[in-house]
This record gives sequence, structure tokens and C-alpha cells, in this order.
Amino acid sequence: MSIYNPVGKWVRAPHGFERVWIGVALLWCLVLTIAMPYWHFKGQQTSSGEAYTVAPIDFEKRVAKFVETNQVGDRAGTPIVQPAPGSDAYLVGKNWRWYPVLKLKKDVEYRIHISSGDYQHGFSLLPMNMNFHVVPGYDHVITLKPAETGEFSIICNEFCGAGHHLMSGLIIVEE
Amino acid sequence: MGNLLPDKSRVCATTGLPVCNSAQLFIKLNAVFGVVALLIGVTAAFLLALTRWETVALLEPANYYKYLTVHGLNMLVFWILFMEMAILYFASTSLLNSRNFSRALSWGQVVLMLTGFLTVNYSIFMDRASVLMTSYVPLRAEQEFYLGLILFAVGALLGCVNFLGGLFIAKRDKTYKGSIPLVVFGALAAVIIAIFTIVHGAVALIPTWLWSIGVLENAPDGAWYRMIWWGFGHASQQINVCAMVSVWYLMATLTTGSRPLNETVCRVAFVLYILFINLASAHHLLVDPGVSAPWKMWNTSYALYLAVLASMIHGFTVPAAVEVAQRKKGIGGLFGWLTKAPWKDPGFAAFFLSLLIFGFGGGITGVTLGTHQINIIAHNTLRIPGHFHMTVAGGTSLAFMGLAYYVVPLIFQRDYPARALARIQPYIFGFGIVLMGIGMTLAGSLGVPRRHPDIDFTGAQIPPHLGDAGPFLAVVGIGGTIAATGALIFILLTVYTVFLGKSNKGRAMTSWQKPEQDRLTKSLITTHWNPEEEKLRPKGTLVLTGIFLASFAVYYFANWKALVDVWPVK
Repeated sequence: MSIYNPVGKWVRAPHGFERVWIGVALLWCLVLTIAMPYWHFKGQQTSSGEAYTVAPIDFEKRVAKFVETNQVGDRAGTPIVQPAPGSDAYLVGKNWRWYPVLKLKKDVEYRIHISSGDYQHGFSLLPMNMNFHVVPGYDHVITLKPAETGEFSIICNEFCGAGHHLMSGLIIVEE
Repeated sequence: MGNLLPDKSRVCATTGLPVCNSAQLFIKLNAVFGVVALLIGVTAAFLLALTRWETVALLEPANYYKYLTVHGLNMLVFWILFMEMAILYFASTSLLNSRNFSRALSWGQVVLMLTGFLTVNYSIFMDRASVLMTSYVPLRAEQEFYLGLILFAVGALLGCVNFLGGLFIAKRDKTYKGSIPLVVFGALAAVIIAIFTIVHGAVALIPTWLWSIGVLENAPDGAWYRMIWWGFGHASQQINVCAMVSVWYLMATLTTGSRPLNETVCRVAFVLYILFINLASAHHLLVDPGVSAPWKMWNTSYALYLAVLASMIHGFTVPAAVEVAQRKKGIGGLFGWLTKAPWKDPGFAAFFLSLLIFGFGGGITGVTLGTHQINIIAHNTLRIPGHFHMTVAGGTSLAFMGLAYYVVPLIFQRDYPARALARIQPYIFGFGIVLMGIGMTLAGSLGVPRRHPDIDFTGAQIPPHLGDAGPFLAVVGIGGTIAATGALIFILLTVYTVFLGKSNKGRAMTSWQKPEQDRLTKSLITTHWNPEEEKLRPKGTLVLTGIFLASFAVYYFANWKALVDVWPVK
């Protein structure tokens, strides 16, 4: 009885259907456990968490240099920047926008350095719905290989203050 | 042999359990404050649901963030923790035939938690702390917000100490024979988890508070804060799981006369919670910088999914206990125990719906979203609140509502009015939560973010294109409104009963069940019988859990399939 003290010797192994279910549940837990390392080696999507500490002000200097060297255009006041295929790209979330607009080539792998100049942000790439967390003080390196061409929005999905709902950005992918 | 003095206690006319007057006072106080917190949270819930429903779009962004902070803290922290304190007083006295440990500690618990609760609400309502529940640094609230949370946590800690003291004096005074009852064991597991949870909260919030008053120059490191804060934030939800499962066992007994098949299995499952649940702060860091993939995998799996195993065990043992009790009453067939269950008893309906919503809704989605790689297509989308509204609201809150349909008549000694309304209340709330959970899950699959008042991005420099999530967000709005209405009905009924309900002093509470049902249930509670008889085998539960596992596998592998379709990333 759950509300009374168990009487007599109550310590014993399960049996019957209960034993069957515990066995099945344990097997299922093993399947769940193996799935993640399996996908780590065999799959194409994982979050390695690769990151380097960096003062926000230093990261913004890197972004500025990256923009200066590689700018190819302008979209609504935000520079469009095209890094050399396979190289490093920089993206900073600050003052409720993702800066700059990145122009990438399809099927080429880029190391995208993402950080914040103010609060924590959520990098959310749409419509694929790929999400990574961004923390000020950390240069989060996402190694990304665009698989489609077109224009892809970035929004912020971590609350970052009064203008959070306006925060957006863009990745353009070409052949 | 109890240690209760006759003039400081009474015997419950319904259950025959002793009730310590001092514990009764603190159960009442905590339950009342809990319901007040629920009322504040529900009011905010209406506003939020009607904001995310895009055609209504009620609140301006600034107010949306403010009421989201109100909603999160009042629901997830204040309502639930006040109710848990009430459960601790009950478990360490009535169920152990013992008195309340210390009035001084109990007053300390109530006063500190009340002060913290009022301070935090003041801070948010005065627009001094729109930082959402998580208050991720370097977002900064005014200092009293952090201080209020710390006071509230210290109060809860005193409640835990008082519970442990209660166990100590019951043991010392030999008020019970043998081992403590299962419900007390579950409450003890919750207390152990609560203690290390609260320590995490202190470690995260004390430096943040010192920074907010200018003693520390820099904010705590953002990544560090997330890991420690979630040691508090996630683990506190596991206190809820423990408390909720204890309530399931309690309600199963009170409403059907059930007893667990195997006490050892149930208790080992609680121990698994204690040992492995704290790893779960990793669930929130699966796409974070600075933590490696092996770290994420090991921790998000709670070692080897051993805490999930614990929930799957309870998910079998609780319905199996109900099935066996029903069979003992002579009900046959594979699912006769369910179709002939006391569905019109809101205590039973709330508890069993809680079990189903928690397992099928919250559990399956939780494990799937918490899978390291799958989290890439789920982190911070509306899928996350879709999951936890089915665990915490559809699971814990609904179970606590079911508990109230028994605790209020037994402790406040007043019967609920408007019985027909009370009987359908759990269905209204449960249906609303499930509807909202499905809407959130579908909208989140399209990339709709959580914590976001306006996915039209009106006024954004580069307007993003989200898929057409409008219909799903309408489902969120409608489901949320129905659920909030269900919760409001519960609050109105309970407040009315507490102050104006018909007294049942000196007699048994008016039963929620038919006289025949009630008699059978009571006879199972008071007589000794063996739940492991061959002819009582819970085959219906085995089929039910089989259906559960199949649903789990389908949802889980469908998510891996969805992950394959996104761009390669590492």
C-alpha cells in the first residue's frame, strides 16, 4: 500500500509482466544511448561545441576586418560579404541584428565564427530550422556546408532584450 | 505508537489517518499561496496565448516579455514549490503517524518563501525584471529580483530540513513499523534532489545578485551561468517529477484502492532519479559553445538513460497497480479496468490524465528533443515549450489539481460545491494543454521560436520568411485559452471551497465516487490482499505500455529522418 508501511520482507526481484517491461525498457534505453555516438561517426549533423574565448570587442574587430576585406554588396544597409570558398566567415549578433549578410557557395564547407557583442542570442537558420546557441565571450565555430541555393533567413531565438523580436539576418547561397 | 498529542491532532474521519494540527496549518498556508501563484500565472497565460495567436496579437512586445516572466516564475517555481511544501508536511506527519518537526522552521519556510514570492512579483510587475525566468546574464534585472529568488530558495531549503527532521523524530519515536511508505519514500527522493538543486540555484544567483548591486564588477560568465543555472532549472523540474509520481501513487490508492505490485521496483526507480537526474542540465546546452560532443552525449543521456528508465518503470507500475486493484474488485476484460474506472472522480481523472499526458506527450518529446543531434532542429523553438507544458502543466500541475480534490476536503474539511463542474475540470485543462502542446510542436517544427511575440517581424531590417505557421499558432492560442480556462475553474472552485465550502467536520468527506465504487475502494485500502495473484495479472497495462513504446519509436526515428534533411554541420 503506497500510503502504509510495507509489511514483512518486501525486498525482492520483479517478476511476471513487470520483469518483462523492465527488460524491454532497458533495451530501449540502450538503443537510445547507442544512437548518438553512432550518428556522431556516421551522420552529417552534430554540434561539436568548438569554441574559443574572445572578448566581445576583439571579436567585433575581427568581424570589421572580415567585412572590409570581403564585402561585395549591400542589403538594406547591411554589407553582403563573400568569403573565399572553404575559408572562415564571421557573424556577430548585436543590437538586434545579425551582421553581416553572408554570401556562400553551395556544397562548400565554411567555418562560420559566431559570437555576440552584447547579450546571449540564438542563431536560428530558416527554413531548415537549424539552431545554435551564442554566448558573449565565446567564438562559437560552426562548420557548415550549404546544401541548397537561395536566400536563408537567420533569426534570434533566445531572448536578448527589448528588440529581440526584430533581430534577423541573411545567408545567401549560390551555385 | 504515535508521538501526536490528542489535543494537538485529530483523526481524519475519511481515511483514518492522523492529522497533526501544526502540519495542517502549514499545509493550508502553502496550499493557499500556491493557488494565489497559480492565479497570477493563469492570468498571464491568457495574455500570452492570445498574443501568440497571431490574429489576436494582444500584447505589445515589452508587455509580452514581462508577462512571460510572470508566467514562467509563478507557474514553474512558485505554484509548484508551494504545493510541494504542502506535500512534504503531509508525508512527514500523517503518513508516518508523527507530528510536525519544528514550528520555528515551518514559520521560517513560509515567511521566507512568501517574502521571496512577493518580492519577485513586485520586481517584475514594476518593470524592473523583464529578463524571463532564466535571467541569462548579461541581461540584468534590478537586485531585488535575484534576492527574492534566493530568499524563496532558502525558504524551500528550510522546508526540506523540516521534512528530514520529521523523518528523524518519527524514526526515533518509533511511530511506524518497518520501512517508510512508498509515498514518503518518493517525497524523500524529491527532497534530496531539491537540496542539491537549491545549492545550484544559490551558486548561479548569488554572484549574479552581487553583480546587480555592484559588488562584483563583471557579470558571471554566460556559459558558466547556463550550466549552473540549469543545474537548478532542470533539476527543479525533476523535483516535480518525483513529487508528481508520489502523487500518482497516492491518488491511485485513494481513488482505486491500489497497492504497488513490487515495492522494491518502485523504490529503485526513485533512487535512479536521485542518482542520474542532475546530469540533465546538459539538455539545455546541446548546441552550446565550449562543451564537447562526448560531454553532451553522456550527460544528456543521464549516463545511460537510467532516469528515463525510472520514468518508464513508474509508467508501468502505476497503471498496473490500478489495473490489479480493479481486477480485485471483479472487473474483467483487457481494458475493463480502464473503461470502468472512476472517471467521474476528478481525483482519479486528473491523476490518470496526468500520467497519460506526461508519458505520451511530455516523455516522448522530452527524450527526443534531448537527443544530442536532434536538438539542432529543436533548440529554442516552440517545440521546447510544447514539450514542457505536457510534462509540467499536463503532468505535474494536473496531478496536483487532482490531489487538491482530496486534500481540500480532508485538510480544510470542506466539500467542493458545483460537483459536475469539478468533475469535468481535469478534462478541460488536460484537453487544452494537449491541444496547445501539439500546436507548439508543429509550429516549432517550422522554426517558430519560443519567447517571441511577433513572428511577422514587423519593422525588422531584413524581414525573414518563416513557413506558414499561422494555423498552428491559432491552435496554440485556442489550446492555451482552453487550458487557462480549465485552470481558472479549478482556482475558483478551490478558493470558494476553502472559504465558503460546506463543512464536513466530524464526518467523512462527500465521496466523488458512487457508493458501491466507494465501498469497494475503501475495502481494498483497509484489508490485506496480495496484488501479485496469478489471476490479477496486469495484461492491459502491458498492452498499454507496448503502445507507448511503439509511439515513442515512431516519433524518435521520425526526428532522425528530419535531421538527415538539413545541411551538414559540425
